[in-house]
Amino acid sequence: MSPILLSLSAQRCIRAWSTVKTEHACPQLYTALHRRACSSVAPRITTHYTIHPREKDPRWEGVEMERFADEADVVIVGGGPAGLSAAIRLKQLANEHKKELRVCLVEKASQMGAHTLSGACLEPSAFNELIPDWKERGAPLHTPVTEDVFSILTEKHRIPVPMLPGLPMNNHGNYIVRLGNVVRWMGEQAEELGVEIYPGYAASEVLFHEDGSVKGIATNDVGIDVFERGMELHAKVTIFGEGCHGHLAKQLYKKFNLRENCEPQTYAIGLKEMWMIDEKRWRPGRVEHSVAWPLNRHTYGGSFLYHLNEGEPLVALGFVVGLDYSNPYLSPFREFQRWKHHPFVAPTLEGGHRIAYGARALNEGGFQSIPEVTFPGGLLIGCSPGFMNVPKIKGTHTAMKSGMLAAEAIFPKRSVFFPPVFEGLHVPEYSEMLKKSSIWKELHAVRNIRPSFHNYFGLYGGMVYTGIFYWILRGKEPWTLKHCGMDAHQLKPAKDCTPIDYPKPDGKISFDLLSSVALSGTNHEGDQPAHLTLRDDSVPVDRNLALFDGPEQRFCPAGVYEYVPLDTGDGMRLQINAQNCVHCKTCDIKDPSQNINWVVPEGGGGPAYNGL
Amino acid sequence: MTGRVLVGVKRVIDYAVKIRVKPDQSGVVTDGVKHSMNPFCEIAVEEAVKMKEKKLIKEVVAVSCGPQQAQETIRTALAMGADRGIHVEVTGKDYENLGPLQVAKIFAALAKKEEAQLVILGKQAIDDDCNQTGQMTAALLDWPQGTFASEVTMEGDKLKVVREIDGGLETIKINIPAVLTADLRLNTPRYATLPNIMKAKKKKIANMKPADLSVDIVSRLEVLKVEEPPQREAGMKVETVEDLVAKLKEGGTI
Repeated sequence: MSPILLSLSAQRCIRAWSTVKTEHACPQLYTALHRRACSSVAPRITTHYTIHPREKDPRWEGVEMERFADEADVVIVGGGPAGLSAAIRLKQLANEHKKELRVCLVEKASQMGAHTLSGACLEPSAFNELIPDWKERGAPLHTPVTEDVFSILTEKHRIPVPMLPGLPMNNHGNYIVRLGNVVRWMGEQAEELGVEIYPGYAASEVLFHEDGSVKGIATNDVGIDVFERGMELHAKVTIFGEGCHGHLAKQLYKKFNLRENCEPQTYAIGLKEMWMIDEKRWRPGRVEHSVAWPLNRHTYGGSFLYHLNEGEPLVALGFVVGLDYSNPYLSPFREFQRWKHHPFVAPTLEGGHRIAYGARALNEGGFQSIPEVTFPGGLLIGCSPGFMNVPKIKGTHTAMKSGMLAAEAIFPKRSVFFPPVFEGLHVPEYSEMLKKSSIWKELHAVRNIRPSFHNYFGLYGGMVYTGIFYWILRGKEPWTLKHCGMDAHQLKPAKDCTPIDYPKPDGKISFDLLSSVALSGTNHEGDQPAHLTLRDDSVPVDRNLALFDGPEQRFCPAGVYEYVPLDTGDGMRLQINAQNCVHCKTCDIKDPSQNINWVVPEGGGGPAYNGL
Repeated sequence: MTGRVLVGVKRVIDYAVKIRVKPDQSGVVTDGVKHSMNPFCEIAVEEAVKMKEKKLIKEVVAVSCGPQQAQETIRTALAMGADRGIHVEVTGKDYENLGPLQVAKIFAALAKKEEAQLVILGKQAIDDDCNQTGQMTAALLDWPQGTFASEVTMEGDKLKVVREIDGGLETIKINIPAVLTADLRLNTPRYATLPNIMKAKKKKIANMKPADLSVDIVSRLEVLKVEEPPQREAGMKVETVEDLVAKLKEGGTI
C-alpha cells in the first residue's frame, strides 16, 4: 500500500498495528515510535511533576524549593502491620538495652488503619512473638475461628469440600480480625514505646547519598496556590513497608536491580464489604470460603465471608480475582456484586445493610517472586517484597515477622550510628535471617500451589495438585513451577473475547460502583496534580481502548478511569477522576501498556476505612 | 493591640466521610471514624496567626473542648502557628450532650481568665451546623461581635469587619475586646507541615476541666432521636404541561 496516498489517521493506524507486534518485547520502543508517527497533538492529561519536571516549567520560577531536613536513626515508610512491627521491635530492643534510638514512621493515611484493608483471618504466631501479653493489653483479636467452611460454587448450587487439618486453608487456632483496628492498636503500642508516628504524611521521594546509597525520604509537597515543600527525613537506614506494589519500592527495584534473580510479582485484587446483618443469621466465628462461580475455571479467585464477634452482628465479606485474567471485559467489582446473589450467600445478607466498602491489590507471587530485600541504606519488609502465603490467603503474620527480623538485624549495627555517616547502612544480615526463618519454610512449602492453576483444567487441576503435593507431600517435591509472566501481559485483545453480561445491581444486596466508592470515604484535596500519571498521554485511547476496549474502566474498583466522548463528537478521551482513588494499585499492575504510574498523592488523602 | 487571641477549634467528623446513624438512634457512629478540624476553625486559626505575623497581637491560644483526641486538633492548630493550647476535658455522656451554650460559657470564662483581647471562632461546625457559639460567647461577655467575617482589618483601636450577609456585604466597626466568627472567604488556611508538627510537639497544651472554670455544662436539651433523612424517591417524567397539572392535582398538591 502506498503510504503517500493514505490519510493521516490510516497511517497512524498502520504504524500502531505494526508496532503492536513488537510491543511485548519492548514497550518503551513502541511509545517512542508512536510519538514520532503521531502528527496530531496528544491530549494533555498528566500534569504531575514526575512526568513534567518543575525545573523546566516557567510557572515554578522563583518558588522557594528548599526543604527542611531532620535526622533520625531509622525511618520507616508505611504504618501497616510490617512497619509497626519493625518499629515496635526496634524500640523494645532499645529499651531492653537501655539505648537511645530515634525511630520515625511516616504513613500516608490520615490516621493509622485508615488505608488498611484485609479479610482477615489472622494467625497469631507473630503477635505472640512480638507482644506476648497482647490479650491483657487489649489487642482487638476478639473472634476465634469456630467453624471453617469451604465450597465450590456453581451458578445455583454448592459442592462442599471438607476442611481437613493440614490443608492450607484450615483456620484452626486463628482469629477473625478487623485489621484496621489491629493496626490502630499497634500504632498506640508503638507510640507508648516512643516511636514517632506521623500519619497524614506520605513519603514521596527517596533521597540518595553521593555514593548511591539511600539517605532517607522526603515527604510530599502540598498545594499549588498555597504551596509548601515537603520535609526531608534522613536516616542511617530506611525501612520500606509500603504494602503490595509500593511506589517507592518500584523505583528501588530499578535502581538497585533487586529483581534480577526472581520472577515478576503477580497479583490479585481483593474487594471487601462489611455488613450489619440480621441477628438470626449471625454465626460468630464462622469462616466461609468459596471458589469457582462466578469466575470460570481459568480465572483464579474466590470469596470469603467471616462472621465477627465484637458485640454486634457484623460480617466481613469479599471477593478476590487474580489479576492474570485474560478477558478485558471482566470487572472484578461486578463479579463481587454478582457473587453475593448466590443462593448460599444471599440469605446471610437478607435484611442486613452495608456499612463499608474498599479494595486493595494483594500479592500472589509467593516464593518465586521474592526480590533481593536489602540494599545500601535500606530494606524492604512486608507485602512490599511480598511474603503472602497465597493458598492460606494470609500475609499479615509473615509481614509482621519480616518487620521484626528487620529490626533484629538492624539493632546490633547501631554502633555504626555514631558518628554521622555519609553512606546508607547496608544490612545484608536481614536477608540471611529471612532465609533461615519460618517465613521462608512456609513460603517454600506452598510455592507450587498457585502456579499449578496454569493448566488445561485450571482451577480443578490446581486443586488436585494441592491435594497430592501439599496435603500429602507438604511441598517437598523437588521442582519449582513458574508463573506466566507479568499480569499486565496476560490480557487478550478485546476482539478475541466475549463481553460478560453482568446483572444490574438490585440496590439491596448488590450495588453500583459510585455508591460503593462513596462508602469508602475516599477524598483527595483539589489543589494538587492528579496522582495517576501516564507516561504517554496518547496511549490510553490509541492502544488500551483500541485493542483492549479500555480495561481500566472495568478493573478500577473506584471508577477512576472513564472513557468519555470528546466534545467535538468524534472519538473518545480518557478522563481520570483521581479524587475517587482508593489507593489499591490495581491500575499500575494491570494496565496492559504499563503506561499508568501510580505516585503517592498528598498525605491524608485516600480512603477513610474504619476497621476494615 | 498587644494582647492575646483565643481561637476555638472543634474536632468533627471529616467532611468526606459517609455518616452512619447508630442502630439505637441516639446519635451517629464516631468510633474509629476519620475526624479532622472543622474547616471554619482552620480559617479562624489562620486569621489569628496572620494577625500575629502582622504584629497586631502577641499570642495565639488554641482551645478545644472534648475527649483525649481533641488534643490532636489542638496540635494541628499549634502546627499552623498557635503558641500554646488549652484542652478542656469533656468526656463520655457529657461530651455527647455538649452544645453551643456550654461551649460559649467555657469560652467566656477562659477569655476572662486569660485576659484575651479577641476571641475568634469558626462561624459554625459542620457536624451540628448550629452557628450559635460565637454569638452566645459575645453575649455572655457583653462584647461586640463581628460574625460571618470575610475581611478583618485593624483601624486604630477598633476593628473593621466586613460581614457576609444575605443582602451582600456589610461593613461594621467594633470595639476591642470583641468576638469574631470566620466565614469561608476570610482567608485560605495554610497546611500543617511536618516540621511544624514536630515543633508543635514541644509547645504546651494545658489541661483543665469545666469545673475548674466554674462552668456548669449540664445540657438543657435532650436529644430524643437521630434518624437518616428519608430515602430519595424516584421522580416521574411527564410529556406535557397538562399532564403535570393533572398529576399535581392527583397528588393533592394543588
